Amino acid sequence: MTALAAPAPPETVESPEVLRRWRVGPLAIAGLVLAFYALGFVVHDYWFNAILIPFLIMALAGLGLNLLTGYAGQASLGTGAFMSVGAFATYNVLLRLPDLPLPVSLVIGGLFGALAGVIFGLPSLRIKGFYLTASTLAAQFFLPWLFNQYGWFSNYTTSGSISAPKLVFLGADLSTPLGRYLLTLTSVVILTWLAWNLVTSQVGRNWMAIRDMDTAAAVAGIPIAFNKLASFAISSFIIAIAGALWAFAYLGTVDARSFDLDRSFTVLFIIIIGGMGSIAGAFIGSAFVILVPILISNVSANLFAGAIDAGQSENLQKILFGALIVYFLIKEPNGLYALLLRARRRLALWPLKS
Amino acid sequence: MSSRLKKALRGLAFAALALAAVPSVFSAAAEEAKQQYFPLATFRVGAYASSGIPVWAGEIDYFRYINEVEGGINGVKLFWDECETEWEVEKGVECYERVKAGKDGSPVPIFLPHGDPISKALTEKTVADKIPQITIAYGRTESIDGRVFPYSFPVLFSFWSEASSVINHIAEIEGGKEKLKGLKIATVYHDSPYGKETQVPLDFLAKTYGFENIQIPVPHPGNEQSAQWAKIRQLKPDYVFLRGWGVMTPVAIKTAAKTGFPVDHIIGGIWSGSEEDVRPAGAVGKGYKAVTPFPAGADFEILKKLKANIVDKGLSDLKDPKSFGSVYYNSGVIEAIISVEAIRKAQSKFGNRPVTGEEAQWGLENLKLDEARLKEIGADGLVQPLELSIKDHEGGGAGKILQWDGEKWNIVSNGWVRSDRELLLPLIYERAAAYAKEKGITPRPDVSN
Repeated sequence: MTALAAPAPPETVESPEVLRRWRVGPLAIAGLVLAFYALGFVVHDYWFNAILIPFLIMALAGLGLNLLTGYAGQASLGTGAFMSVGAFATYNVLLRLPDLPLPVSLVIGGLFGALAGVIFGLPSLRIKGFYLTASTLAAQFFLPWLFNQYGWFSNYTTSGSISAPKLVFLGADLSTPLGRYLLTLTSVVILTWLAWNLVTSQVGRNWMAIRDMDTAAAVAGIPIAFNKLASFAISSFIIAIAGALWAFAYLGTVDARSFDLDRSFTVLFIIIIGGMGSIAGAFIGSAFVILVPILISNVSANLFAGAIDAGQSENLQKILFGALIVYFLIKEPNGLYALLLRARRRLALWPLKS
Repeated sequence: MSSRLKKALRGLAFAALALAAVPSVFSAAAEEAKQQYFPLATFRVGAYASSGIPVWAGEIDYFRYINEVEGGINGVKLFWDECETEWEVEKGVECYERVKAGKDGSPVPIFLPHGDPISKALTEKTVADKIPQITIAYGRTESIDGRVFPYSFPVLFSFWSEASSVINHIAEIEGGKEKLKGLKIATVYHDSPYGKETQVPLDFLAKTYGFENIQIPVPHPGNEQSAQWAKIRQLKPDYVFLRGWGVMTPVAIKTAAKTGFPVDHIIGGIWSGSEEDVRPAGAVGKGYKAVTPFPAGADFEILKKLKANIVDKGLSDLKDPKSFGSVYYNSGVIEAIISVEAIRKAQSKFGNRPVTGEEAQWGLENLKLDEARLKEIGADGLVQPLELSIKDHEGGGAGKILQWDGEKWNIVSNGWVRSDRELLLPLIYERAAAYAKEKGITPRPDVSN
């Protein structure tokens, strides 16, 4: 065996070696999380309402989709629909069962999302790839239509929009920017921790085996149907909670249009740009997709206001953002996370080799 | 070595960018501001850019007119900057958060979200920040009730008023409201929350006047409507009320012509009533009507002034001079007039200086634009007489009927077609009260101060 001297496997995003390396820093991660909480008490409203909250929520949605697409290999364009299930289910739970504490309502909303995920994940037992993607589109068209069509879901408001009843937990009012930020951050931390444990466990390994080759996985004794549906359920659970947070912690009032196909594409781009099959990829991708346009827009507003025609400037910003995406994907087709890993490897050797 | 230098340079560049990106809120000067900041949320790119561009032109042209010709509002000049929303809710929220703290010492008096989802997302945020949002012909209908929605102002013409005005216009054609009995009126609507919003008032009006209310949905985006118009052919309604959005309107007009439905019996809603909606339909659009709070035309006194003082002097924001006097351009002018008048009203109580959102809210709730005042501005015929109060954030509720002659819109109604607001307001208050209950809001008392 040893005589064969197999070359070391190339270090890919999900190779165990990398996972282990990231493990060495649980303290660092804990520190980072604490810093994030501490940050909550010093920064300006703008940072919560416009930057941190949407960044965290879209990262959470990306994380959910990454479990399904990046780990279990099931492509989906139904993310927006599953987010809408979370939003509308949580709204109705908050409205009709006002005695339940907020986290319980959120979890129930997530469970409805999981149920929807399982139902629309059924085709995955028979079809794969692009065909499966097309079938998840059904969710994207059916569910928002359903919420729009039947007034019961939005408590018969004329505009079909839903708005969170008061967000209160343990007597604390969470409707301030800080409260909504802490609610979002706590949900994201807990769900990320769960997802992390999941993908490094037996379930995660099963999913990756199915992703890499489902026939081989079946031969190895992995129950394919159960695992596929489980991946749909868990992914949709997380996405649905992201949807509820999007509706109530971020926007406040939404209607079914907020969860259209564009939303699904945005989440898909987040994991493609951030890195498929990595937890951090969802966060990096979300940072890129959500924050870079804001950065560009702020820069141009402060530097070029008045100097360039407003319409031209907006179009130039779009071009710049598109060019950045193309540049990074050429640099590293596996996403920004892989780019980061590469940079990290180089830095480790830095003084010796530049 | 050189690569390290390159890296260092790159790092410097990023740092500079990051510094430049720090929102200007931190640099707000503490000194007394002399000018009024008025941020504009615009959409110059994205799916709806073509309809947005003339709106900002109208708005900016009027602001420039106020600054250049009138020397500001009681001497307080306006200054503004733009923030791109692409009509998307998260970009709109980001813009709002970016500008809400004001600029160069001037607070934000009024925010114009320009986008239905954005205005909904701002419903509560504007209350927390005490900045009124004006949503002309979009937004939540129930926000007319200022006791429950203190900072939302769906001024002029809600969707409910739109529906009622169309019914009243049909009554005028038929020769009285009693003639409505037995008529078949079909509403072809964009199947979205926006499209469904007129169902309740139409249902109510149908019961009141005895006409038959047919509702026909068109799924988004509406570029194929054979089935809907086949149904219309079969049901033979007397009139069609078309509540379209984007591409749906020209397709509806074309399909109606194909199925032989008379185009002059179709009455478009507010968002089916611009040049951009009907021009793509081509020749068959001749005779098509639409209801609007934004009458088209360049003959209004204020438009003549804008032409002489702004457009002809090369100060206009308008790229395409053909759009001068179009529905969208005029809508921008109208919105700017109402904003300026609200600030002026607020100044009358709080002093001639840049006003805050809270003061502008008072200005809006006490705004009264009667015929005489509108004449002074030069906006009689362009803006309907308007009187706002705490209980009534809409104020007007009347529209004009436009008819397309193949080239341009002509006003065909006799003045403003009023809606049956007195019938509908109780229903609206009921809905506002239900919202207040759901959200645990205690409505403000209805006392003016």
